[in-house]
Parts: sequence; C-alpha cells; structure tokens
Amino acid sequence: MGEGQLKKGIISERLNLDEYKENFCDLHSPLGQHEALVEAGRCYFCYDAPCQTACPAEIDVALFIREISNSNPLGAAKTIFDQNIFGGMCARVCPVEILCEEACVRQEAESKPVKIGQLQRFATDLAIDKNKQFYQAGDPSGKKIAVIGAGPAGIACAHRLSMYGHEVEIFDAKEKAGGLNEFGIAAYKSANDFAQKEINYILKIGNIKINTNKKLGSDFSLDDLSNKYDAVFLGLGLAGVNALGLKNEDAKGVQDAIDFIAELRQTKDKSKIAIGQNIVVIGGGMSAIDMAIQAKLLGAQNVTLCYRRGIEQMGASIYEQELATSKGVVIKHWLSPKKILTKKGQVTGIKLEYTSLKNGKLMGTKEKTTLEADQIFKAIGQNLISKNIKSLNLKNGRILVDDEFRTSNEKIFAGGDCIFDGEDLTVTASANGRDAAIAINKQLSKGAK
Amino acid sequence: MANLKNSFAGIKSPNPFWLASAPPTDKAYNVERAFKAGWGGVMWKTLGEDGPPVVNVNGPRYGAIFGGDRRLIGLNNIELITDRPLQLNLQEIKQVKKNWPDRAVVVSLMVPCEEDAWKTILPVVEETGADGIELNFGCPHGMSERGMGAAVGQVPEYIEMVTRWCKANTRMPVIVKLTPNITDIRYPARAAYQGGADAVSLINTINSITSVNLDIFAPEPTIDGKGTHGGYCGPAVKPIALNMVAEIARDEQMQGLPISGIGGINNWRDAAEFIALGSGNVQICTAAMTYGFKIVEEMISGLSNWMDEKGYETLDDFIGKAVPNVTDWQYLNLNHITKAKINQDLCISCGRCHIACEDTSHQAIMDSKDGKRHFEVKNEECVGCNLCVNVCPIENCIEMVTLKAGEIDERTGEKVSGNYANWTKHKNNPNSNG
Repeated sequence: MGEGQLKKGIISERLNLDEYKENFCDLHSPLGQHEALVEAGRCYFCYDAPCQTACPAEIDVALFIREISNSNPLGAAKTIFDQNIFGGMCARVCPVEILCEEACVRQEAESKPVKIGQLQRFATDLAIDKNKQFYQAGDPSGKKIAVIGAGPAGIACAHRLSMYGHEVEIFDAKEKAGGLNEFGIAAYKSANDFAQKEINYILKIGNIKINTNKKLGSDFSLDDLSNKYDAVFLGLGLAGVNALGLKNEDAKGVQDAIDFIAELRQTKDKSKIAIGQNIVVIGGGMSAIDMAIQAKLLGAQNVTLCYRRGIEQMGASIYEQELATSKGVVIKHWLSPKKILTKKGQVTGIKLEYTSLKNGKLMGTKEKTTLEADQIFKAIGQNLISKNIKSLNLKNGRILVDDEFRTSNEKIFAGGDCIFDGEDLTVTASANGRDAAIAINKQLSKGAK
Repeated sequence: MANLKNSFAGIKSPNPFWLASAPPTDKAYNVERAFKAGWGGVMWKTLGEDGPPVVNVNGPRYGAIFGGDRRLIGLNNIELITDRPLQLNLQEIKQVKKNWPDRAVVVSLMVPCEEDAWKTILPVVEETGADGIELNFGCPHGMSERGMGAAVGQVPEYIEMVTRWCKANTRMPVIVKLTPNITDIRYPARAAYQGGADAVSLINTINSITSVNLDIFAPEPTIDGKGTHGGYCGPAVKPIALNMVAEIARDEQMQGLPISGIGGINNWRDAAEFIALGSGNVQICTAAMTYGFKIVEEMISGLSNWMDEKGYETLDDFIGKAVPNVTDWQYLNLNHITKAKINQDLCISCGRCHIACEDTSHQAIMDSKDGKRHFEVKNEECVGCNLCVNVCPIENCIEMVTLKAGEIDERTGEKVSGNYANWTKHKNNPNSNG
C-alpha cells in the first residue's frame, strides 16, 4: 500500500500520477482482431437465440457475431445499431452477466458464455472509429418533436425520429449532453471521453438540435413544449436523490454518491479529486458499487459498502460485487445506518444496526456496530422530480406509460429511468427511446392522413 | 499390450504408421527425426529420373481451408517431386536404411512412361537397400502436364503396363499409388492388380482450388497473380478416401490385394477406421505437417489402448473387419427404424436441431413446450435422418434410438417388422424380384 493511502483527512493526490492513470483506464481492454475471431468462433448461432431474448434492446446477437466471424465487423455494427444506437456504451456498461451472457447456451454448456459484450464493443468501436454512418435523416415530414433529457433514452428517441424525417429539438438541464452516460457511469467504464465521442457519432445523422443548460420548470414548461411541438418525449431520468433521513445528514463529509461520480467523470486529472482515508458507502445498486470502487481507486485506505439486505437482493450483480471486492472494497450486508457521528460538523463515523428478514420483513436486530468514516456516500436510489410534470399520471412516483410509451397526455411520451417499471439500465433506456419514436411516428403519420 | 508390428506387402515395420511421400520425407534430416519420433516407416518423397532436378515455384506452395479456431482441415499443395539431385537422395536413403534397419523405407518413384526409364532407375534404388517402391501415379499437378503422375494414374492401361515393367525389373515389392481424380477407383486399382502390383496405396491428393483471393481475383495459392489446381489433402478428404479404400477392399476381383490407406488421417481413430476398412497400414502427411512428428506418439498409444480394450492382440485381428458391412444402398434394411431422442439433461437449448429440422428437413423437433423453450423430437414426424445429431454441438446429446420389432412407428402408424427387407424386394421397386 502506498503511504498516500494512510494519510488522514479528505485530501487529493493520495497516489502518484501513474497509479491514477492505471486505475482509471479501460476496465476491460478491447478485444484484438485475433481474440475477436476466436471468441466469435465460439458462438453456436442458436435458433431464436436466448441472448437476443435476454437483451432489453433485442439485438440480433447471433447474427452480429456471425458477421464478425466472417470478416464483416461493420455489418455487425449495423446489426447492433439497428436495435440499439447506444450499442457502443452498452457494450461497456451493460450487466451482461445477468442479461445476454447469462442466457448464452455456452454458459449452460461449460459455464463460459461467449463474450458478447466484448464482441459488441469490437464491432461498434470499429464503426465509430471509422465514422461509418449507417443512417440518414428521412425525407422531411414537417413535424417537430421536443425531447427533454439528452440521456440515452432521449437521444435514442431523437435518432430514430430523425430517421423518420422529423425535426428534433432536445433540451437538457446539464451543461453537456449524455445524461448518465456522461455523468453517472464509473470513469473506467467510459474511458477516453467515450460518451461524448459516441453522442457526436450518433448526432451526425442530422436534424437533431441539442439545447444544453435548459431546465424544465425554470426555462420552459411542459405545456410550452406540447403547444409548440407535434409531440414531446420525456427522458428525464431520476434527478432527485433519496435521503437517509438521519440527523447530521448535512454534516461535512456526507455526500450523494451520484454527485461525486459525476464530478469524478468531469475531472480530467483524477489526482485533483479529494477523497477520505476511511470511506463508508451506503447502498446496494450500481451507483454504490461504482462509488466504492472509485473511492478505492482514488487511494482511500478503507472503503466499506454497507447494504441493509443480503447478496441476492443487491441491485448490483454478483460480478460487480466481486469486481468491488477484488479492488479492495469490503462489502457488509445486513447493515442499516442508524446514526451519523460527527465532530465539529465533520463526519467521524457511522453507527449501523444489523438487520434480518423476519417473515419476509426487514427488521433491525438491535445489535449495532460503528464504522470510522471521514466520508459517507449515499447511494440509496434516485427519484423522479415530478413537480414540473404534474399533469401526467404517475405510478409509484414514476411516469405511467402505455405499451407504446405514451403518457396520460397522448401528445407526450416517456421512456428510460423516469417511467414506471423502468429498469434503470442504459440499454433499456435506449430501447425505450427507440420504441417511443416508433410510436410517435405512427401517431403523427396517422394524423397526416 | 497390443502388438502393433506391421507386415505390409512383405515389408516389416514396428507399427503401421508410415509417413506418406511428401515434404516430410524429402531428405535424411526429416526422416531421421521422424524415426526418432517413432514412425514405423516412410515413403521417401518421389524421385525422378537422373538429370537436372525439377524446379519448384518459390512460394507460396500451399493453400488451406480452416475450421473453427483456425484449425486446418484441408491443405492443398502445388509442390512437385523432389527437387534434389537423384544421387544425393540415393545416398541418404542408403544411409538412413542402414541406421534404421527395423523401419520401413520405401521409395516413391516417377519417371517417364517408357520402359527404359524404369529399367534405369530401379537398380539404383534397389542398391540402396530400400524395402520397396511406390509408383507415384497420383500427383495431380505439374508432373501430370508432362505425362507422369496422375496422367498415368488416370489411364488404367498405362498403370498395368508400368506396373508390369517394374515387377519384371526389380525384386522389390511394388506398391501402386492411386489418384482419386477418376470416376471409379476400382478400374485403376484393378489395372494395378492385373499388372502384378504387390499393393495399392490411396488416395493421392485431389484436384483443388482452396479459395479465391477477392482482392486480386486469383486462385489461392497465388503465384504472381496466377494460381493452378493443387493436390488437396487433410482431414477434409478422409471420407472420400475411406470410400475408395472400401470400394477396393470389397471388390471381388481384387481379394487379397494389400491396401495402404491414405487421406486425412489425423489420429489413431482415423487410422483404425482405415484399417477396419481393409488397409494393411496407413500413411500420414498433413497431420504431421500441421503438428510435427510427435503426433505419432498419440497414434501409437491410442491404437494400442483401443486394441487392448477390444481384445485385439495384433493388427490382423481387425484388418478389414468392417468390410463385410459395406454394402450397396439397395441392400440396406428398410425395416430398420430409428428415431432421434434428445437427452434433456445434456441439452443446452441452442435450438440448432430444431431450426435444421424445421427449415431444411422434416419439421420433427418442437421448439417449445408449455410456453417454454424446449426441444423435443416429434416421433410422428421423425424419419430418423440423423441431421439433428450432426448439427448438435454437444456430444451424445441426441441419439438415434432403434425401434424394436413390434413397436409402433408413430410416423407411419405401422408396427415395426423384425424382418430384414431391402429395396430389391420392395413393392415400389419396378425391378423388384420379390
């Protein structure tokens, strides 16, 4: 262990520059040509392939792998993009171990699925690097559609709408497009500014205008847009952050993981990011894991991830949990935060209570433990900020849509994390955007008759 | 321990694994290495008549096709016979045979189709102490353009004539190597037999173009923008070779003619199959050219262990044991009924059996049951074709189950007869003699 990790307090430059570079480079190095051919050769080209069924975007995996096998990687890229224009990012961030690769019959046969995600990256990286454009804007329809949110749902929707010939205007509250792809994913999963590179590639289709720093509620209202445009798509994501509801939550050192992850992504020189010596992360999803791993990669000495339920209930897959532990994160299950300990307004630790399931209900056991912490990161989920979409029907705090992603206002559609039953996956958001665009186009075409 | 000692056309060797006449047997250096590795014998790469040696192209000389993981399954070559001086080859043959008296050293020969040419070369080969000669009537490229190799092998009368010349002019056993580039292998083989051949060896390589370079539109291997047909060999040709070997082995006119089996032998099992179809020994080339000489160790131990397991003490115990079971289609039992059965514990649900059957065969495999992905044979549709077995990626997952006499074939609704019945007596056969 480097001596930087033993230093007290919340400080930057715990590691030397080479260590930062190594820690934040690509999680998986991309497959080379030979590796890709060997891996593609393992695919059985299954009938009604289970990998495709397991893919939320229903990418024709068997076909794209066969295309790679037969020296046609650009054909493979098109097969992927036809279903998921964010195929490049999804190749990096999809939890393939619980989606396509879990379904791969090679997993059943020999516990070694075909590396579908890596092959998808091989094909899509090539197309993006070569700037091979497969799609063009359709003949002008004369229709204009507004999209709120420049995340994967919004941009996928816009891209498909442009293919149909509609003009799209996107509004995003942040200073940059990308949504969680840009602000919410661990840095080592989107190295080399890939999110922006991908968006630039996608937007080359044309007929899509992005307005950044435009916030729903303050810069415009939903009504403004629905009056002005032929249809509106909401890819709002979940901008609100859940709180622990404990005293001292506003103490120095207590922070939302999602903000920290975003800051980390936006900071080129990772050595400038200050991190504590003893870190506690609260939560069990992907953000909790991304936070814990990156805290460790920034040079924190002790990083403990506390989750109030067990391994099986964690939102993060077993693979992700193991990735975290392999980086030195300690994961403690069945622990629920009870009290934030502070000294002079600065966090010093956290008191937690052990939990257990009794008759299916999570209960405190009254046994407690205390962890030293100079930083506590909350990653206990996000919520939809609904004050600006009050006219729409919600369910469980998210937007209710029909099976064509139409909200209770038939001119307004929605997709991605902000809808009820959303899966909180980039790939699902992208697929939602695509399908909403298909529905919007259908609806507008009908109107044209 | 099984005894692998081999006696072929009177030539003795410690095992039946010989290296075929080809680059691996071109010179003493290679042959010495082969014998050290354990090979039972070699067919020294073909010698031509004395004089300026032939010349070869300076590359490339080989083309290939590949299976998964770039596994070489077919190789083609446009090399000619040895391009080294005759005297040098003869000296080396003599020395190697002296060094390895227990191994078979047979010399492959190809000289013009004139008796004098053969009369000249046979004594000098005999002088080396070689165990025999193999007449190269098979080389399909280059030499055939000059009236040798396959140009002789494709004309039965020439085969008989040259074989007769050789038998009349040497004490050495004469093995005639046959080309597969003919319509019916039995005609050239019978000609060799008529000419007095001590044995035949087959197959030589098959005329082939392995691929076409789509950038320059030229066949592979490409030499300065042009290509020519070359001789094809390797695992891909094994089925063709097995059939030709069997055709000779079961031909009544050639009973007792020793056969040296060649063609895509890659391991002990391939060798055993050739032997079961009547080969007295086997010759191998592509496998050695792919993996080196060490493969013979696996071949020896594999064949030996299999023989022990089956209780065969010597090769003679199973040479030709499969020949009586090679027959004509018309004699196959039409009352033999099989159905595919998928082992659900082994099935990984890739669905290839289903789509192969559904798209291209008999619609006899379901793809779902109770709304779930599930592959199961519909006995009422299954004709027992075996395609599903062949496309299944899992060993032994699908097996063909034979219906017993008295069981109902769900496809026809008829009871399975226990009686043998073939086409010759079938009611639909206009020529039925039943």
